[in-house]
Parts: sequence; structure tokens; C-alpha cells
Amino acid sequence: MNNVLYALLRRLRLPLITMIMVYSVSILGFVLIPGMDDQGNVYRMDFFHAFYFVSFMGSTIGFGEIPYAFTDAQRMWTLFTIYATVIAWLYGIGTILALIQEPVFGRMLRRRSFVRKVQGITEPFYLVCGYGVTGEIIVNKLAQRGIRSVVIDIDEGKIDSLEISGRLPFEAPGLCADASLPDVLDDAGLLHDKCVGVLALTNVDQVNLSVAIASKLLRPERIVISRTESDTTTANLLSFGTDLVVDPFRVYAEYLSLAAHAPYTHLVYDWLVNPYHRPLSSVYKKTKGRWIICGYGRFGSALYREFNEEHVELTVVDSNPEMDAGLPFLVRGKGTEALTLSEARVEDAVGIIAGTNNDADNLSIIMTAREMNKNLVTVVRQNVHANKLVFKNSKADFIMEPGQIIANRVLAHLKSPLLPVFIEQMQAYDDVWAHTLLNRMNSVAQEEEVDSWSVRVDEDNSPALVEMINSGVDVNLGILLKDPRDRTQSLSAFPLMLHTDDIYDILPGELDLLKPGDEILFCGKSKSLRRMEWTMNNFNTLHYLLTGNEPTGNLLSRILNRQ
Amino acid sequence: MNKEKVIFAFFIVLALTLNFGFFLGEIDNPEHHNVFEFFAAIVVSLICTALKFGDRTHLGALMMATSLVADLQLVIAALIWGYAEQVSGVGMTPSHMSSVVSLSGGALLANIISVVLLMVETIMVRR
Repeated sequence: MNNVLYALLRRLRLPLITMIMVYSVSILGFVLIPGMDDQGNVYRMDFFHAFYFVSFMGSTIGFGEIPYAFTDAQRMWTLFTIYATVIAWLYGIGTILALIQEPVFGRMLRRRSFVRKVQGITEPFYLVCGYGVTGEIIVNKLAQRGIRSVVIDIDEGKIDSLEISGRLPFEAPGLCADASLPDVLDDAGLLHDKCVGVLALTNVDQVNLSVAIASKLLRPERIVISRTESDTTTANLLSFGTDLVVDPFRVYAEYLSLAAHAPYTHLVYDWLVNPYHRPLSSVYKKTKGRWIICGYGRFGSALYREFNEEHVELTVVDSNPEMDAGLPFLVRGKGTEALTLSEARVEDAVGIIAGTNNDADNLSIIMTAREMNKNLVTVVRQNVHANKLVFKNSKADFIMEPGQIIANRVLAHLKSPLLPVFIEQMQAYDDVWAHTLLNRMNSVAQEEEVDSWSVRVDEDNSPALVEMINSGVDVNLGILLKDPRDRTQSLSAFPLMLHTDDIYDILPGELDLLKPGDEILFCGKSKSLRRMEWTMNNFNTLHYLLTGNEPTGNLLSRILNRQ
Repeated sequence: MNKEKVIFAFFIVLALTLNFGFFLGEIDNPEHHNVFEFFAAIVVSLICTALKFGDRTHLGALMMATSLVADLQLVIAALIWGYAEQVSGVGMTPSHMSSVVSLSGGALLANIISVVLLMVETIMVRR
């Protein structure tokens, strides 16, 4: 606020002084120059009339010569003052207009309104630094769940698109500034009471690092999620307690390696994390065998490490002559030509991963490879978001787009902290178990997106449940799955995990008793969440679900029921 | 020597001296209080205010405030003067004159504070 006002005042200093000088000299002139009244006597204008005359003359209103017609000397002075006052006014107004048109001034005003908007937020919100592909997906998804976000991006265009898009149900304040500067973060609500998490999603590791550090220093307990592209930054971020560090290459490498050795577990993961899940039938492709990796960059090496851990046989294709020749089965070449691919024995491989940093090369690799081996599982890395259309039609089995991967991973964490725990624990089970789970998910969600959420049994989140439990009634898990509109129907959801007293119970039974402090992870259609909230919050609904009749609290019905 | 400082101090001190000159004399005697001196005091006071615009220091804010007080007092005094001479129909009376002079006395106090603040600032800066 003060910045703008001071800038305005400082610029106005000289025009104002000029104006005061011109006016005072003009007034003084009229007082000193002798005039003549209607009887021909010498008359001197007093300050009151002089000020009156100069005021209307200076503003070019011009009521005429008052109180008596002027003498020639007075008229000469008037001529001079007319031009002097008009120039003074033009100078003043011109300065104001020039100031308003300056981009700096506009930026200051925008910054001010941004700060005011952020300060006015009364609901919990996330501070999102970086509004690229990832940021956009996350802000939209959060908005669908009714959660607000505040956005910072260094690119003016991104912020404009945020403001113009109009896709969000409510306004997300956006600021075009460098997120690594503490005062920018402060303006964006880093110290705001309602800021529940900070997401550092810019594509510069150093910026993410400084955002994460600033947030962890000021509020150690608040969630900080950061993306990163190098192992050193990952280690650095984790060292001061960043809650989640997402390295897209590593996440995707884990994802693919899961696909290669446990296709059903992989599909469960995919359904839980990815909004557009692949159909069940896509699993039947053979994935066990030898894989070919084209491009041994960041992505390639992360993949190599993951696959090696699972003892998957590998062939690496890379054209970089300086590359470490210690790798087994290294084939030199780009992979776009049939010659190189046949040298890598594409005919008897099960999958090929086109992981170079060039989109055209990647597409060319999978197309050539598919011609040589029809049954190949193809994985393609998409580097540029704008190429989405081409990649969508490339018929590749997996498309790896860093922005989308980070968004999925971050959202999984934000939806419920239990979800990542579940995903980790589930990998201890075998593929048959996963297949059963998958069938169950399929029957619940059908074609829709599988959403997941967690429910806490405590005063704040489920008052009705807690009250019922405290009054001595046994409440089991199954009650949450009944439809509050008709208790013979059940909701399209089922529990994935029950967290009670530090024990994680995978796929709990419906008869498990709930007690305060429990946390349950559900998956199913997202509309079931809203229904479930009825049961959790409305005592009467819960009573109906438990007993089958509506408890009416009024006196009359109590008397009637007693009889 | 800093030219800006010279101009700044010049106007602040001038505002004080002019006001003091106008204030001197019997309080209700129009003969003792010159209208031109009063006009000059108002103009210089307004210029002082404009000069203090945009200073973000704490001292600057105080100077600005005292200057605004002086302006307010002097403008009200001018209004009373104008009313007495032009609107009331009986001309300047001793009671009107004493109101004008006492208001300018208030402005004089504000001007003195301004000068004191200026001195404080000068003493603080040891360059």
C-alpha cells in the first residue's frame, strides 16, 4: 500500500510546488496591481477576490472580470497568468498520467491487490510455486475438492492464463514473481494461518530448494512438497524434513519397473494414482523378459537402477560416445534406425523404452521398433507438453510425461497421507492378491475415476461417530459404507486400509469396530465421499443407519415412544 | 553541501520566521498583522508540505504531520479572515482578528516542532 502512495507523492512533489508557486505569484499580482471600480476610483483587489479569480481562471472556467471590469494592466497580468496556470496544470496531470502508465506502477498495484486477496482468505489453502503443467493440474484438482490455492510463477503468461482460464470454481490469486525471494513468499501467504501446505513445483531445483527451506524454517510442522531433478537436491531437501520429494524420472522408473515385474500390483497403483486408468485387459501383455532402453540420460539411468534391482534383463542403446562402457549390453546408436534396433535384438525383447530428451526421436524409436516386433510393450517419454496430441495417438502402452507424473504423485499425497503408505505396503503382496483387489475396485468404480480419501474418527472430522461411540454403542466400519438415504443400499466404495494405534491393517473387514483416533482409507467413486460425510457428521443419519429408524428428538415423540 | 538540504531547510525555517513575524503584535489589533505576510506564510507552508512528500523515514513522517498541522491552522485562519472581510458585512473585528492570530500562533508551534525535528535529523547524521 505504502509503496504505491509514496511513489505517487514523490513524483508529484515538483508539479505541486510549481502549482503552488504559479498560483501564489498570480494571486499576489492581482492584489498588487491597482484596478478601477465603476465610479472611476482606484481599487485594489483583496486576497479573497484574487484567489477566487485565479481559481476559476486557472481551471479555464472563466466567469469574467470581477468585481469590476479590469484595467489594461490587470488584463496584461491575466494574460500571463492564464498561460502560466494552464502549463502548471498540464505538467501536474501529465506527471500523474505518465506514472499510471508505467509498468512498474501497474506491477505495484497488482502486487498490492494480490496481497490483499491472500490476506482475505479464510479457508485452508495451498501455496503453489510454479504454474506449469504440474501446477495447473494440481490447482484444478484441489479446486474440485474445494481446496483453494495461491499461485506464484515467474512467467507473466502463466499467471495471465490462470486469471483468464475461468475454469476454477473460485478465484486463485496469482502473482508473477520469483518464488525464491522470501518477501514474495511472505506476500503469498507463507506466514498465513490458513496456509496448510507449500508445493515447490518450479523447474529450477535451486528455487524449489529455497522455497522448501523458507517454509520449513518458518513453520516446521507444515507440509512441504518439492519436485527435483537431481539426486543431490533430493538428499538436500530430505535432510531438513521436506515431506515429499518427487523426482519425476525416479517415480516413473519405479512405476515402470513395477509394471515389468508385477503387472496387477502395478495396475492397482495406476488406478489409485492416475486419473485416467487403463482398462483391466491391458494387463495381459507379456511384460516379463528383456527390455531395451533407448537413451541413457537421467531417465534412462534411473530406469536402469530400478530394473537392475528387480533383476530384469536389459539392453541399453545410446549414441553418446563418452558414455561409460561398463554397462552390459550397450549398443551404440540412436535407436531410431532399424539397424541399431536389430543390433539390440528387438525381435526377442518384450519391451522398449524410448527415453531420449527429443520427442521426435522417441516417437520414431517406438514406431520403428513396433514394425520389427508387433508384441513389443512400448514406453515413450514425452518432453514437451504441447506434443500431447501426437503422443496420445502414438498408441504407445505407456506415455511418460514428467508434469503429469509429478502432479499424480503430489495429489496422491495430498488426498490422504495414508495413500502412499498403502501403496508401499501393497507391494509386499503378490500379484494374485492384487488381481482380486483390482476386480473389487473395478466392480465398485466401473468406468469412472477411482478416487481415494481418508476418514478420521475424531471430534473435528466426524462428530456424530465420536458421539455415538462415546455413548457406548458399537460402531463398525461397515456403517460408513451404507447409503445414508437408504440403509439397504451400499455406497460405491470400500476400505483399503485401517490405521489404528500405529498398526496399518490392509483391507480391513467391515465388522472391525471403530474407536476415536482411527483413520480409514477408502477408495471408490468420489460422490461416495460426500454421502459418507453425512454419516460422519449427522447424528440422526448415523442413528438411522444403525437402527433403521429415524430418531426424532422432540418431546412428543419421546413421550409416544415411551408408551 | 547538499543543494536539496539547503532548499528544504530554507523553506522550513522561512515558514517559521514568516509565521512568527505575522504573529508578533497585539492579538486583536488588525494594524499589527500584515495580510501580505500572512499570504506568504500560507504559501511557504504549502510548499514545505509538498517538499516533504514521499519521505519514507520515521522522521520524515513526523515532519509531514507537523507540516500538515500548520497548513490546517493557517487555512482555517485564512477562511476566518475571508469571512470577516467579505461575508460578515461588518469588516474585520478585534474578535475575528484575535481568532486569526491565535490560529497562526498554533501553526507557529507546529513550525517550531518542524524546525526542532530538522535539527534532530541534522545532529543524527554525522557526515
